[in-house]
Amino acid sequence: MSEMTLAKALNAGLRQSMERDSKVVLMGEDIGKLGGVFRITDGLQKDFGAHRVIDTPLAESGIMGTAIGMAYRGYRPVVEIQFDGFVYPAFDQIVSQVAKLHFRSLGRIKVPLTIRIPFGGGIGSPEHHSESPEAYFVHTAGLRVVAVSNPQDAYSMIQQAIACDDPVVFFEPKRRYHDRGEVDETVGLEGPGGLAMDAARVLTEGTDVTLVGYGPLAKTCLDAATAASDEGISVEAIDLRSLSPIDFGTIEASVRKTGRLVIAHEASQTAGLGAEIAASITERCFYFLEHAPVRVTGFDVPYPHSKLEFYHLPDLDRILDGVDRAMGRPNSLSGIEDGE
Amino acid sequence: MTAGHGGSPIQLLSPDGVRHPHERYDRFLADVDGRVEGADSAALLVSIYEDMVVARRIDAEGTALQRQGQLGLWPPFVGQEAAQIGSAHAIGPDDFIFPSYREIGVAYARGAELPDLVRQWRGNAHSGWDPFAMNMGPSQVVIGAQTLHAVGYAMGVLFDGAETAVVTYFGDGATSQGDVNESMVFAASFQAPVVFFCQNNQWAISEPVGVQAHVPIARRAPGFGISSVRVDGNDVLACLAATREALERARSGNGPSFIEAVTYRMGPHTTADDPTRYRDANELEDWKEKDPIARFEAYLASIGVVDDAVRARAAEKADSVAEAVREATIHMPDPEPESLFEHVYAGPQPVLERQRDHFERYRRGIEGGIGAGAATTAEGGR
Ligand SMILES: Cc1ncc(C[n+]2csc(CCOP(=O)(O)OP(=O)(O)O)c2C)c(N)n1
Repeated sequence: MSEMTLAKALNAGLRQSMERDSKVVLMGEDIGKLGGVFRITDGLQKDFGAHRVIDTPLAESGIMGTAIGMAYRGYRPVVEIQFDGFVYPAFDQIVSQVAKLHFRSLGRIKVPLTIRIPFGGGIGSPEHHSESPEAYFVHTAGLRVVAVSNPQDAYSMIQQAIACDDPVVFFEPKRRYHDRGEVDETVGLEGPGGLAMDAARVLTEGTDVTLVGYGPLAKTCLDAATAASDEGISVEAIDLRSLSPIDFGTIEASVRKTGRLVIAHEASQTAGLGAEIAASITERCFYFLEHAPVRVTGFDVPYPHSKLEFYHLPDLDRILDGVDRAMGRPNSLSGIEDGE
Repeated sequence: MTAGHGGSPIQLLSPDGVRHPHERYDRFLADVDGRVEGADSAALLVSIYEDMVVARRIDAEGTALQRQGQLGLWPPFVGQEAAQIGSAHAIGPDDFIFPSYREIGVAYARGAELPDLVRQWRGNAHSGWDPFAMNMGPSQVVIGAQTLHAVGYAMGVLFDGAETAVVTYFGDGATSQGDVNESMVFAASFQAPVVFFCQNNQWAISEPVGVQAHVPIARRAPGFGISSVRVDGNDVLACLAATREALERARSGNGPSFIEAVTYRMGPHTTADDPTRYRDANELEDWKEKDPIARFEAYLASIGVVDDAVRARAAEKADSVAEAVREATIHMPDPEPESLFEHVYAGPQPVLERQRDHFERYRRGIEGGIGAGAATTAEGGR
């Protein structure tokens, strides 16, 4: 066990994967000498060479498309998108090509491609540097989508993603890059506690409300569970980890116990992941629900400038307010409607 | 291929400030060379010089304000004053500009209100100036996207039968983007009156220009059917002349042009960048000798246009502009929380109205202390 930041854990996980399989190559802008703008690939070019850690031209569509070609050739490319907001130039290659090749070729072509995207806000960045584009990818069949939230998962899940024969969109919560945690480096592909990357994790058990979050908000949800327990509310917090496929089994088991569901994410509300989880859980657990599922999300506005971003992002207070709504306790919407 | 398009860039002022005659370009400098009756060439030259000095000072102030926590980020353009101010002085008030994020010198020369230069870097908005008051689009962060907008605007100009031209700025890295290449296809096919102004400052964050292009960038445009030129981007007269030539081509119905201004980013990519990780210090020293302002000043001194009094006046102006930028930054009020919901759509939109209403209730509730929602925020930097 050693203590490291989430950023360092990713770096260590990438290193493990590169050592394990000589076909693993990293591609992206500024990932060589600079080590990436977040230093996730720091030192890897020095140790593995410029053909395994490739500084690419400044062209996301080009990066993604050539990574597909490398996968045809038997490589396992790991692509770094510099910031969430810059994945869109590659969007066509991801949703029309990466996602569909296996289906289109009747299973003959595998695209073991990992697309790393630092995502989410809260770091005071300019435009296009704080987005939560996960729903676009979750909506696309053929892609697996995961979001890590802590160093141990970062270390293990990056290795699992790279070893996966499906394309994986791998979201990294940039505002948690510097969070520290214990990492057991003997736990790689099998995941901590044998947890596969497509399984959700119960962060803390509770009996009154199920609270689901992922990526940057997993920690906030755990904090909310602690704060709520001071108020006498027992929250079961779940870190979703896999956004596609969603581990509905874990959420369902929890909601059958608690009868209440709150989902938190930074992405805008409309047609976001919260909508999918609310609808699916309602279908599965309608007779167990004591209250309509509650969403606590970013607003339906473009990600705002940094002076306003902390109003847009669900924080501890807003999540607790959502918990109050699910519990039917006094909350910011009291008197105007029952939940939302 | 046009002269100056692959080999050494066209230069009218050598690094020691000596003006060399140029067969092709002297025609575009008749006014600043004092060959146009009634034109005050000294005044023109001094205004270019002053703009360069002030632009550098604004840049230094921006960096300082970021270091002091007053701005979230700043993209320095020190070293690129000749490319920016030279080209900006060629562009007419009716012409439209589509910049990247680094054209702060262009925006200043264009007459931007000083607070508008820092507004977005402070995090108060996603843009500063009014695009239609300045005929200059907001700064663009998505690399290369603005070049397509420029071509579309130019197509509109063409279809309107107007005399306006369009200039778009971007970096060497941007030339790798699909958008930039697609914009050249459109521009050539429609013979759009657009000028592609590439500031090749040698670096796209940590990547040297060689990662983007195997041959001089100016050579790419002819493949699209666009005439191109490579100029010394630290030579303000070369930048002025080349831009004037390209604008003349646009206005006379002869289609798009591509200018590669070969220059150097003397500072970091942004205030968040550490160039020592990827850049050799000697390189910076070499480029310091080609400093665009020192070179122009030497030339102006040699023809008697700049003396100590002019220098002092420029420095004084730079100081007062910097002071104004600082004051504007420090006293810029934070935007109202509810303004989050403004300008998402042209008019009211029911779902958003509802979210806004809930947000207002929530904020009031937090202040008044309702339920568990009144718990103290444990994170975030409000
Ligand atoms: C589509 C896109 N990808 C990546 C980035 C991140 N990024 C910001 S600036 C930059 C380098 C730009 O280099 P260049 O085009 O040469 O312009 P310069 O910064 O040198 O003016 C990169 C990679 C971005 N802003 N947009």
